[in-house]
Amino acid sequence: MGMEVATQPSKLRWGELDEDDAEDLDFLLPPKQVIGPDENGIKKVIEYKFNEKGEKVKITTTTRIRKLANARLSKRAVERRSWPKFGDAVHEDVGARLTMVSTEEIVLERPRAPGSKQEETKTPGDSLSQLNKGAVLMVCRTCGKKGDHWTSRCPYKDLAQPSEGFVDKPPSEAAPAGPGGATKGAYVPPSMRGGPETRGTEMRRRNEENSVRVTNLSEDTREPDLLELFRPFGPVSRVYVAVDQKTGISRGFGFVNFVNREDAERAINKLNGYGYDNLILRVEWAAPRSN
Amino acid sequence: MRPILMKGHERPLTFLKYNREGDLLFSCAKDHNPTVWFADNGERLGTYRGHNGAVWCCDISRDSSLLITGSADQTAKLWTVKTGTQLYTFNFDSPTRSVDFAVGDKLAVITTDPFMGLPSAIHVKRIARDPNDQTGESVLLIKGPQGRINRAVWGPLNKTIISAGEDAVVRIWDAETGKLLKESDKESGHKKTVTSLAKSIDGSHFITGSLDKSAKLWDIRTLTLLKTYVTERPVNAVAMSPLLDHVVLGGGQDASAVTTTDHRAGKFEAKFYDKILQEEIGGVKGHFGPINALAFNPDGKSFASGGEDGYVRLHHFDPDYFNIKI
Repeated sequence: MGMEVATQPSKLRWGELDEDDAEDLDFLLPPKQVIGPDENGIKKVIEYKFNEKGEKVKITTTTRIRKLANARLSKRAVERRSWPKFGDAVHEDVGARLTMVSTEEIVLERPRAPGSKQEETKTPGDSLSQLNKGAVLMVCRTCGKKGDHWTSRCPYKDLAQPSEGFVDKPPSEAAPAGPGGATKGAYVPPSMRGGPETRGTEMRRRNEENSVRVTNLSEDTREPDLLELFRPFGPVSRVYVAVDQKTGISRGFGFVNFVNREDAERAINKLNGYGYDNLILRVEWAAPRSN
Repeated sequence: MRPILMKGHERPLTFLKYNREGDLLFSCAKDHNPTVWFADNGERLGTYRGHNGAVWCCDISRDSSLLITGSADQTAKLWTVKTGTQLYTFNFDSPTRSVDFAVGDKLAVITTDPFMGLPSAIHVKRIARDPNDQTGESVLLIKGPQGRINRAVWGPLNKTIISAGEDAVVRIWDAETGKLLKESDKESGHKKTVTSLAKSIDGSHFITGSLDKSAKLWDIRTLTLLKTYVTERPVNAVAMSPLLDHVVLGGGQDASAVTTTDHRAGKFEAKFYDKILQEEIGGVKGHFGPINALAFNPDGKSFASGGEDGYVRLHHFDPDYFNIKI
């Protein structure tokens, strides 16, 4: 759905007309136009009205009509369908947009892949539970001791050699100086930091990296189809198909995020070059977002 | 599925209810105007203007002609569904929390909150066929339970009234005499406030959701505990599928704590459980706040959820929902 407001230069001289009558000038406007719905279910409503300044405004509302379900309605329900609006709904204009269709495809997220057994659910949590243990993360950058204390609490921190004069060096060079603990005292962005800290960010990034890019999809392929295709490989956390906003036609590529990297890898090995809907799929790791 | 988002309310949703045919969806919120929507495309049909406080609950007569709403403005009102005109106002001395029409729509049970020293109460009112004959007299008045009564509904054949609330006890009352017939067991029952109660489509059993992070399934006649569904957040709303053996729990962390965490941590999903195996089937995400209200379309093919975020989300199930296997 898109709304486009186009102001047209008016030919009438508004200054010559009485301002108070502005609301009654509706007869000067072109009539409401309804185009469609066409074979894609796209309906266009073109309306004209005056805004507060007395300018003519053209409002084009494009809606896509989809049949949700062939529901069987009772006689009385059909009758209710034609009831006139009441209360606040009477004054509802096209711009109100109280009802919208979600742009996001929502799936019933299964706690585990269908058909798999309970014990499999443990794996996705693994990387996290390891994080939570702390022991792996807690590595002192000053003395290199694991799981005993954090860097700031290091009993040896006064004994550590003073930072090797990175005053002279540009910070970009000094930053990755890393595990030696030379960076003590100066701010280093987490992404530039060396040492144990990177483990955490790596982990986090890796979860995002379980993203698989699928290209050369047919136009009819939608998220549920993709989910159906990839689900057998393991739990999927996200499916996305790029869709052209205007036409609603698939742009031919999409992304699938797996909970486990191994599952993603298996999916890539199996489905790259797989014939799907007359096209040969290309499945690969999604390139990490460039910063 | 692509849910339909309905943003007709400016405040958090409190209650959702479909009419019998499932073509109209009624929503109540903390703003003062209950709203009716077409349940197929989410178009707004109308609003019921007249309340002066949060509207907590509503019910629709079987023929979809009469609507009753209970509000924090200390009234319950009867409305014409079609036109939104007020027919009658029941006045109380404290906010009304829950309303429910009896089978036959000749009686209604209305609960009122404890307020200014008054205890909570369950009122039974006679609903006149002709709104001009309507009176405000109570047929029956039940007092006794401590704390707020969050929900009261009619039992089979209108012989009993089932109530549950802040004291975490589910009670069955005699609808004629007001005598307490049964009480849920302290051991097996809920440990914290019961927030919601929903009957099955055939009225043989009902489900309660509680802040103790569980929902329980009870037999409506004997009040035996049948099943328990354990989740990881407080349950604000419950619903049962009329078509499949599924129950849905909605909830999330307390609204006052929502802003302190990421929305993913809040777990504002509607969780589907297998009614019999008590196992989780899946979750439906979308709300940006806890879910306060849930309702299943009587045909079982769609459901609506209302959240603290002020949105009603109407979900029409994909075909593969109907053959989910555990």
